[in-house]
Amino acid sequence: MNFFLEPLTLLTFFPLLGVLALLFLKPEWRSAHRWTALVTSLITFGLSLWVLDQFNAASGDLQLISRRPWISVAGWDIQYYLAVDGLSILLVLLTTFLMPLSILSTWTAVEERVKDFMIFFLLLEVGMTGVFLAQDLFLFYIFWEFTLIPMYFLIGIWGGARRIYAAVKFFLYTMAGSVLMLLAILWLGVYQGTFSLPGLIDRGGIPGDIQMWLFLAFAAAFAIKVPMWPLHSWLPDAHVEAPTSGSVILAGVLLKMGAYGFLRFNLPLFPEASVRAAPWVAALAVVGILYGAIVSFAQKDVKKLVAYSSVSHLGFVMLGLFALNPQGIQGGILQMVNHGISTGALFLLVGMIYERRHTRDLEAFGGLWKVMPLYGTLTLIVALSSMGLPGLNGFVGEFTILLGAFGSQAIGSYWFAGLAAVGVILAAVYMLTMFQKMFLGPVDKDENKKLLDLNWREILILVPLLVFIFWIGLYPKPFFDLMAPAVEKLLVGF
Amino acid sequence: MTTPVKLLDFITILPVIFLAAWACLLLLVDLWVKHKRVTAYLAALGLAIGLGLLWYQAAWIGNAGFNHMVVLDGFSVFVNALLLLSGLLGIALAYGYLRRMGIERGEFYPLVLFSLSGMMLMAQAADLIVVFLSLEFLSIPLYVLTAFAYPKAASEEAGLKYFLLGAFAGGFVVYGIALVYGAAATTALDGIIAAVAEGRANLSLLVSGAALILVGLGFKVAIVPFHMWTPDAYQGAPSAVTAFMSSAAKLAGFAALVRIFALAFSSLSDDLIPILWGLSALTMLVGNLLAIPQTNIKRMLAYSSIAHAGYILMAFTAFGNPGVAEVSIAAVLFYLAAYTVTNYGAWGVVILLERAGDLGLEIGGYAGLGRKYPALAACMTIFMLSLIGLPPTLGLVGKFYLFRAVIAADLIPLAVIGVLTSLISAWYYLRVVVNMYMRTGDPEISPEPWALTITGLMAILTVLVSLLPGWLFFLASQARLNLF
Repeated sequence: MNFFLEPLTLLTFFPLLGVLALLFLKPEWRSAHRWTALVTSLITFGLSLWVLDQFNAASGDLQLISRRPWISVAGWDIQYYLAVDGLSILLVLLTTFLMPLSILSTWTAVEERVKDFMIFFLLLEVGMTGVFLAQDLFLFYIFWEFTLIPMYFLIGIWGGARRIYAAVKFFLYTMAGSVLMLLAILWLGVYQGTFSLPGLIDRGGIPGDIQMWLFLAFAAAFAIKVPMWPLHSWLPDAHVEAPTSGSVILAGVLLKMGAYGFLRFNLPLFPEASVRAAPWVAALAVVGILYGAIVSFAQKDVKKLVAYSSVSHLGFVMLGLFALNPQGIQGGILQMVNHGISTGALFLLVGMIYERRHTRDLEAFGGLWKVMPLYGTLTLIVALSSMGLPGLNGFVGEFTILLGAFGSQAIGSYWFAGLAAVGVILAAVYMLTMFQKMFLGPVDKDENKKLLDLNWREILILVPLLVFIFWIGLYPKPFFDLMAPAVEKLLVGF
Repeated sequence: MTTPVKLLDFITILPVIFLAAWACLLLLVDLWVKHKRVTAYLAALGLAIGLGLLWYQAAWIGNAGFNHMVVLDGFSVFVNALLLLSGLLGIALAYGYLRRMGIERGEFYPLVLFSLSGMMLMAQAADLIVVFLSLEFLSIPLYVLTAFAYPKAASEEAGLKYFLLGAFAGGFVVYGIALVYGAAATTALDGIIAAVAEGRANLSLLVSGAALILVGLGFKVAIVPFHMWTPDAYQGAPSAVTAFMSSAAKLAGFAALVRIFALAFSSLSDDLIPILWGLSALTMLVGNLLAIPQTNIKRMLAYSSIAHAGYILMAFTAFGNPGVAEVSIAAVLFYLAAYTVTNYGAWGVVILLERAGDLGLEIGGYAGLGRKYPALAACMTIFMLSLIGLPPTLGLVGKFYLFRAVIAADLIPLAVIGVLTSLISAWYYLRVVVNMYMRTGDPEISPEPWALTITGLMAILTVLVSLLPGWLFFLASQARLNLF
């Protein structure tokens, strides 16, 4: 019994209780399903705060360890091993924080098969939390691959017109990377004798050329998930076809799993290879930043615009991580959180207008500010945060990343950071264009004249996100404090 | 050299003898049994007693019988237990299915038992003659079972095809045995080992013989390019028979392959590795690629079964590497167990959806299953995920084990082919899931209690054992081959 009460185990698997409860509810009790899922996700969020309370920010070590031998026969050394440190605590909190908001956003958007929807949603939470907490490669792989399954159903059942295509593409793309990672994991397990991540890091001593291969195999899985240019083509399809709540989680959390994977596995396990690969990763990241921004600008579908902006933003994250210095990595982690909040909010906002108008075509709107002033104001704040206006969260992350990238020895050239800075300007261009087309000008479409402004539920969803947009923008120190020791410890190896 | 027959000789193959005798008895009893259900229960009782005898036999592990013609070791006990369970599952699936399809004839169950006793003998065979004997003993009832749905032309055609190609493959085995005998002057596995060790054996002749035996057994377990019969036989045979033969015959075939090659031919591994490498790569590729265009679920599962034979063979490629052989054999056994569980579950779903006249077998017909029968669709999803090799299912754990053996043997390119082909497989397995959940339709199932029970049970096992696989890892790794 003690086992299930250990903080991280409880946190990870608590949503399963909600799933269990849902299984016993009749399919037609739709609000019961919604409430069950909401309450479950709120309690899970509460549990993550409880974990934060016990977390010692001054230490860079793994904490709150939940560890048991799992398979230790016949030469296997696989452990059930959960732990949290400064690299993952914010991402865990981000996950549990976005879940209840996403569930609230489905209140009127999902009417079909609500029970199944909530079951998949809660299962997804188990997988995501597990990914951020697992410290054993086998356990990590299980959580990692498991997240695919509920997301596949969420896109495929509740998605838009091309949902099946998007779901299968998402599945196959992501799996293509993971299977190569599986081989690398097995190589480590066979030749280094353990699947435990701290054990492997302590052992070290993987020869340089093999490190490069293993680095690439892990990178295949993570780069597709991030997604790094040119492996991003699953993302617009998946984001656009997914239901709003699915897009929020996809952008908010699933993409972070890729960047987190680089941070947690590639950097400490293969330090030499990471240094060698840094300029290449940085180059791809910069291409992604510019490419994502330019393609965003060309979009007519608001949701697609936001989707491509993720490619650009995640490029910043990757640039920061592979700067391999404290500013870069801290900025990268913070930018993951920022992107989860800002882009999550953008997807929610797009979903709200879509529910009213059943279109996302930029040309179908215009002058919305006059009809929906509150909606307009909130969208403006989120858009400004997304393009990095000083005083809001995006600025802090991007600025720190650029600072790190300029001073980075591993990247070795100012050009990368310089070009990335252009991306910040481009972000302003596409975001403001979007805002102008939707909200400014005359209300020249009849359908737009009768639109209702945000209701209480929608405000309730957005307010927590706005709180963090300002908080991180104005006083980011507590967030940096949480991760600093762990980042320092990570960089000892370089 | 020869010693007189002792009681111990009979004990070493007690379950085989019992099962064959029980089957003979059942043939007689069946004449007076009005409800064929009784025959089914009696057959199941026989299998249960067989399991009990296997338990009893365990005290004699490590003994050989009949002048080293058969051997009783951890390996054979593991395989035989799996075979008996597989027989039980097969009978449970057939129970309602045969009646529904109008082919409920009493001889079905004795035929299954005869075939099983051949398979079990094969797992214990320590002499190539016994291998051939048991190969025929297990095959002939299977040919009959394949054609069991007579007068349905497809079933008869499948039976005939299987028979003709099977006889042909049997010829390869005999010819291979002859060559091995020419090379080593013996057909006993220990004799071959001794002959090679003392340098008496003609190695080129021995390699040719081994290759021919590989062809014959490769036919039985459906390895490309000896797989041609599989799709037709699997599709034409009654589904309950297909379920049985795709699990049990594969088990027996691999058991013989593993024993013969890992013991008698391990010294030839340098010559055989390229052959096995190529065959397994080809099998994984062809099996998975040809499964993509299939629209009939039975045919798709047939190609999937070919592909899985490729994965198993892949892990076995390094059988001659002393550091890896043990892992490799354990991986093969574990995967066979995992495959048996998943495969029976998937066939259970197929059987529940099949209707007389070959209806309900199109994958498109699964549309809407998730809506109408959520539990059944969830089970099928678990089986499909397991066949792809995704968590939380036995398929993933099994593949993990298989790939470990391949990586430990440093055959990285083969492992890459392996994982990439399992990516291909996701494409067609997911199509079933897409149909069940993402398209609308109105499928009908025939709620047979036994088939439902088996399907549910297999789904639970597929997930549960994957979360707590330690004990099965342990059993598989303890199932050692004995060299007498």
